[in-house]
Amino acid sequence: MGYDLQMKVWRGDATGGELVDYTVPVEEGEVVLDALHRIQATQSGDLAVRWNCKAGKCGSCSTEINGRPRLACMTRLSTFEEGETVTVTPLRTFPVVRDLVTDVSYNYKVAETVPPFAPEPRPADGQYRMQQVDVERGQEFRKCIECFLCQDVCHVIRDHEENKQSFSGPRFFLRYAELEMHPLDTNDRRELAREQAGIGMCNITKCCTEVCPEGIHITDNAIIPMKERVVDRSFDPVTWLGRKIFRRDQLPEAQVPQGRSE
Amino acid sequence: MAEIERHSFDVLVVGAGGAGLRAAIAAHDAGAKVGIVCKSLLGKAHTVMAEGGIAAAMANVWKEDNWQVHFRDTMRGGKMLNHWRMAQLHAQEAPDRVRELEEWGALFDRTPDGLISQRDFGGHRYARLAHVGDRTGLELIRTLQQRAVALGIEVFMECTVTKLLTSDGRISGAFGYWRESGRFVAFEAPSVVLATGGIGKSYKVTSNSWEYTGDGHALALEAGASLVNMEFVQFHPTGMVWPPSVKGILVTESVRGDGGVLRNSEGRRFMFDYIPEFFKAETADSEEEADRWYEDKTNNRRPPELLPRDEVARAINAEVKAGRGSPHGGVFLDIASRRTPEYIRRRLPSMYHQFKELADVDITAEPMEVGPTCHYVMGGVAVDPDTGESAVQGLYAAGEVAGGMHGANRLGGNSLSDLLVFGRRTGLNAAYAAARRGQRPEITDEEIRTASEHAVAPFGIEGGENPYTVQHDLQEVMHNLVGIIRTADEMERALSDLAGLRERITRLSVEGHRQYNPGWHLALDLRNMLRVSECIARAALERTESRGGHTRNDYPATDDAWGRLNLHCRLDGESVDIAREPLPQMPDDLRELFN
Repeated sequence: MGYDLQMKVWRGDATGGELVDYTVPVEEGEVVLDALHRIQATQSGDLAVRWNCKAGKCGSCSTEINGRPRLACMTRLSTFEEGETVTVTPLRTFPVVRDLVTDVSYNYKVAETVPPFAPEPRPADGQYRMQQVDVERGQEFRKCIECFLCQDVCHVIRDHEENKQSFSGPRFFLRYAELEMHPLDTNDRRELAREQAGIGMCNITKCCTEVCPEGIHITDNAIIPMKERVVDRSFDPVTWLGRKIFRRDQLPEAQVPQGRSE
Repeated sequence: MAEIERHSFDVLVVGAGGAGLRAAIAAHDAGAKVGIVCKSLLGKAHTVMAEGGIAAAMANVWKEDNWQVHFRDTMRGGKMLNHWRMAQLHAQEAPDRVRELEEWGALFDRTPDGLISQRDFGGHRYARLAHVGDRTGLELIRTLQQRAVALGIEVFMECTVTKLLTSDGRISGAFGYWRESGRFVAFEAPSVVLATGGIGKSYKVTSNSWEYTGDGHALALEAGASLVNMEFVQFHPTGMVWPPSVKGILVTESVRGDGGVLRNSEGRRFMFDYIPEFFKAETADSEEEADRWYEDKTNNRRPPELLPRDEVARAINAEVKAGRGSPHGGVFLDIASRRTPEYIRRRLPSMYHQFKELADVDITAEPMEVGPTCHYVMGGVAVDPDTGESAVQGLYAAGEVAGGMHGANRLGGNSLSDLLVFGRRTGLNAAYAAARRGQRPEITDEEIRTASEHAVAPFGIEGGENPYTVQHDLQEVMHNLVGIIRTADEMERALSDLAGLRERITRLSVEGHRQYNPGWHLALDLRNMLRVSECIARAALERTESRGGHTRNDYPATDDAWGRLNLHCRLDGESVDIAREPLPQMPDDLRELFN
């Protein structure tokens, strides 16, 4: 049942690093994170890796395993041949802090720019009413565990650091779509999605959908409908005229980001 | 010594799970300048693992439900040891706290009328848990996280507090380190809210994440506060048992709430054999009645699978011991034979995914194997029920780190509502107190020097103990000797083993440097884990009866005399002192609810 797993783990920091070879005894049913933990406990106590729940629910242990963005806690060793070397490297899209830990603060900065949920007032009896079928669309997007694997794999920012200024990435297109489709939200998110989040730069290669550990249909259910709504708005003659007349800082208040600008 | 990074706040919140975020939002709304410090990235705290729902008597599904019923269920579930005032506030305020989440963007499952849907759970008389499939914790934390970000509250992520600072018996701030750089940081604040969660990482089989090292419990103890009810540790009846690497991961109680049943290797629904006298009048005694209850709660009694968690965990333990367990040492949890695959996938999507991915089990087609796992500590910082303030002026606690609310055993679903109700209350009161105090306290260089030296000590020792090995040994001690079933001689052995471990942690060595070094982080966490483990073992040895999450083989009966007493742990120098204190007296109008 148990065997010796050959691993290559990237070790280093912002100044550089290298793949280090490890031989790790592993047991039946284990996942890549178990092997990394065993390295920590018995070989390299200072091996840096993020993790929390170890059950695929928190999205902390995102790494690239044999080149593919994955959660280390949900990647079973049985998916590899016995004798196959498992290579674990940090997410490439984000700057390395140390070993497998990257600086994902870009995502938290983008999150600050998304205008918050702005519900219509409560009806007289104090109870919001929504039908299950209407909340299910948003619920699919809210399954997101913020592992940022979709951000990591997205080629708009994976190899183009400069695009991070103008592009929010698939995780936040989900967020825009969720709010846009929320039965109670009063903000119009479409112009923002285009102007600020840069949804137009996405050319729907579906890489994000493929790596999503929650199986969210990011491209089909969020990005494409958002693009369609943005287009509807952009080609509406009144809106078009409005955009010509007002500068972005003069857009109706509801559309101006409330987050801090740092 | 070089200058270190300093910040100053009215209210500093330690922990960014549900309680911490809710406290921070409340303190911000009350006008305070608020900072949040958390060990992980924002949105990763253990709240994310909560599955079933938020208990609140909203009466959306059962009109008969109200706060009095919820209060009564909570007290009975806690074997009447709960602080009555906390249980009352909790039951009264939970519905508003749920509705508030909806206003901040949460998307709960709906009833056919479009209201927030509510589901059945153990120990709750009516379907009462507001939920989102089986990922309610994720919804709760994301909603609060997004609200906190929208309000512009400052968050210090991946930053660990190692010491609370006090002057003249009042809180003056906290000291910690950035995980990323290893650099130190000091926070000056007249009010500090602890929202650090629980202690499960001291146990071998647990549903808790690495963060659950009892930091807030230990910090409060060292600052002069007392811990109450520490002998009560909840073992959730249903954790995964196979494969070994996932042993302990939670299987939500919703499986049973939605119709799943427990069977032993003989196929028997054994819970009918374990209905205690205390719950006999309200529990079904035949499978037919139990099955009818899901549709008709008025004329039928609850299935015994939905007894409070302590009862179910003990029953599973007994079945396995009697040789009627499943192949991997658990029992069978079967929903496949009782509900359609579509229903199961819709109601329990995370469970479906979890078993499929981690155990190759299709829960719509075959039973799960489950067994008890260390899940929650009822004990925590003793606080004023209305304000959340501890015995140390300016030090507050909310959520799992606070004690009293759940008594001897917590009902499922009462944790998320606890976080919201008491998170808000402590946040508001911490802000008010800071405003009353006026000036911000100051931290001296001397205090910072002492705290820094303490924190870097493990780097100065060569060839000492490996922190991972010591943690492993601690988990064995707590699992084997202070676990689900306890006896005096085992706990005495545990205390002597813990003394040995305490000696070993004075000579821990860590390799490498201070930048993102998990070995060093663990070395510091171990001090807290040991402190809290000692409290649990001492209190458990002292309480010579069985009640809720504390089961003594040598004292199997519940003792009325003990039902009037709480145990408080305080620090006296380096040793833990235990004191017996009378339970707060419930007023007559509430007492009448139990007649």
